[in-house]
Amino acid sequence: MQALPTAASARAHARPPKVVGWLLLAPLLVWLAAFVVLPLLVLLVYSFCQRDDLGRVVFSFTWENYERVFSPLYLRILGRSIGYAGLTTIICLVIGFPVAWFIARQTPARRNRLLLLVMIPFWTNFLIRTYAWIVILKGEGLLNALLQYGRIIAEPIELLYTPFAVLTGLVYAYLPFMILPIYVSAEKVDGSLVEAAHDLGAGPLRAFSSVIIPLTQPGILAGVLLVFVPAIGMFAITDLMGGAQVPLIGNVIQNQFLRARNWPFGAALGVVFTLLFVVTYALAQRRRRRHA
Amino acid sequence: MNPMIDVRTVTKRFGSFAAVDEVSLQIRAGEFLTLLGPSGCGKTTLLRLISGFEEPDAGAIWIAGEDVTGRPPYRRNVNQVFQSYALFPHLTVRENIAFGLRMQKVPAVEAGRRIDEVMELVALTGFEQRRPAELSGGQRQRVALARAIVPRPAVLLLDEPLSALDAKLRKSMQLELKQLQRRLGMTFVFVTHDQEEALTMSDRIAVFDRGRIEQLGTAADIYHRPQTAFVADFVGEANVLRATVSARQGERIDLILPGGFVVSANAGIVPPQARKVTLSIRPEKICLTADRTDTGGAVPARVEEIVFQGATSRLVLVAGADLRLVALVANESSLRSALAVGDSVACALHPEDLVVVGWE
Repeated sequence: MQALPTAASARAHARPPKVVGWLLLAPLLVWLAAFVVLPLLVLLVYSFCQRDDLGRVVFSFTWENYERVFSPLYLRILGRSIGYAGLTTIICLVIGFPVAWFIARQTPARRNRLLLLVMIPFWTNFLIRTYAWIVILKGEGLLNALLQYGRIIAEPIELLYTPFAVLTGLVYAYLPFMILPIYVSAEKVDGSLVEAAHDLGAGPLRAFSSVIIPLTQPGILAGVLLVFVPAIGMFAITDLMGGAQVPLIGNVIQNQFLRARNWPFGAALGVVFTLLFVVTYALAQRRRRRHA
Repeated sequence: MNPMIDVRTVTKRFGSFAAVDEVSLQIRAGEFLTLLGPSGCGKTTLLRLISGFEEPDAGAIWIAGEDVTGRPPYRRNVNQVFQSYALFPHLTVRENIAFGLRMQKVPAVEAGRRIDEVMELVALTGFEQRRPAELSGGQRQRVALARAIVPRPAVLLLDEPLSALDAKLRKSMQLELKQLQRRLGMTFVFVTHDQEEALTMSDRIAVFDRGRIEQLGTAADIYHRPQTAFVADFVGEANVLRATVSARQGERIDLILPGGFVVSANAGIVPPQARKVTLSIRPEKICLTADRTDTGGAVPARVEEIVFQGATSRLVLVAGADLRLVALVANESSLRSALAVGDSVACALHPEDLVVVGWE
């Protein structure tokens, strides 16, 4: 109560004149306009266009592309993409939460070392890391060799180019994006709050559900968004590790632009897809605001 | 009667450092017991051993006639008021207080009644729907208190709960806490480093130093009859003096202070072979007279400094190169108005006020 007025007045004093604020924002606004707003507008315009036989965009209005997007074939692919992304998110959450909580409960020096371990994979190119997984998972690869050596299996089993491989690749790629935001929330949770819960008779499960989860909810929501949204559109992993077995929406869009050369249809897919993100994000935001 | 809490030769080590070193302590039912000591003395560790957040390396802890050693905190019938209050920021005041009852699965109607009761008891009625962030320090303190007493634990543990409050509020909360404890008849174990707080509130005080209990007794015991130099110095202000034994007649020993002044003290438990003793005398026990001629047994000294403290003045007295004394004089007294820096005074150190706190 007492802190509120002082904080507010401090903000009022610190506020620079409006012009300065806009000037400072200008580079960002220009950047956003050139690389976000403009491309999105182009995408929107293209999505209502047609193409000629050579794949060039013809500027004549049509709903055709959207009709195709909402045809059963593409809805099924979209559904499958959401399914994969959802499963990836859940697995990342189940693995990532304990890791984040554990790191957050360490001494500051150990915390930094463990966080470094989480981030080290980013120092290697994403494609190279994905190829490394191919080496591990392929028929005569590392995992099969180990399993055979341990006499757990007799013949190599098919791991690569399966839904399992796609999920492994997705979870591997997005796990840090789950761990880091949850860590940020978990680190702020005062350990004595968990002690207080135990002290008042809450066992480990109750303390987890009634204190730890609510207090780390902002991090969990951020992590879910950071994993779910890009996982829907991922195409490199599904291409490399799923073969052609499990095309997801990202692959379809990529194909429309690069192989089928049907930019208007690709654009329509892209617009629908972007709207899907916006809705997901808005829902998450509303939830977060209610929480705050 | 069986003690409410029985700490049986408990040791807790962190690495090679013994935070609690073979401590035994019995706390009676309905008692206000304070663990007093400087920071790092092990008092908080002992509290955490009782609440179950730490497990002893040796020894056992019994609560209400049951061995609870090895039991997790959520299966012990004690509740704690944390130093930081540890209020759940995502819950309202009422939900915070209801937490323990919810865990005990107390029926809603009874829980509601008990929450209303306790909120009235700690004067929080009307703040039910506030969040902890919207409360003042004193109000948060009351919420923490209410939350901890509403499940009716056998013992309430308080870990420096007043240290975050300003001096004025702290004083009034001390009295409120003491009244609350009497009204509830609940056993309170209170941890503090503030000796004044301990003297004001406690039925008994356990003075801690370096993982051990230096002395256990009532506030008056601890203050008037400290058993070690540490206790004398830590609780209240004390003049700690070194003296040589010159003679012993029954219960009385004659002692020579630095500078050759002769005083006597009660022998107490001082063994006959002791040659040197450490004495303690409270500043307010030093009797000053402005008389400069007759020093009949009193120590002559010069006033070096006078510090005004409100009701009293604190006098620093020099009686030779190795003997400095601190004395308190009421500001209303005629003596005080007659004294100035540089004056000579006679300090009478009465045998009953000189407490032997050590010997060799």
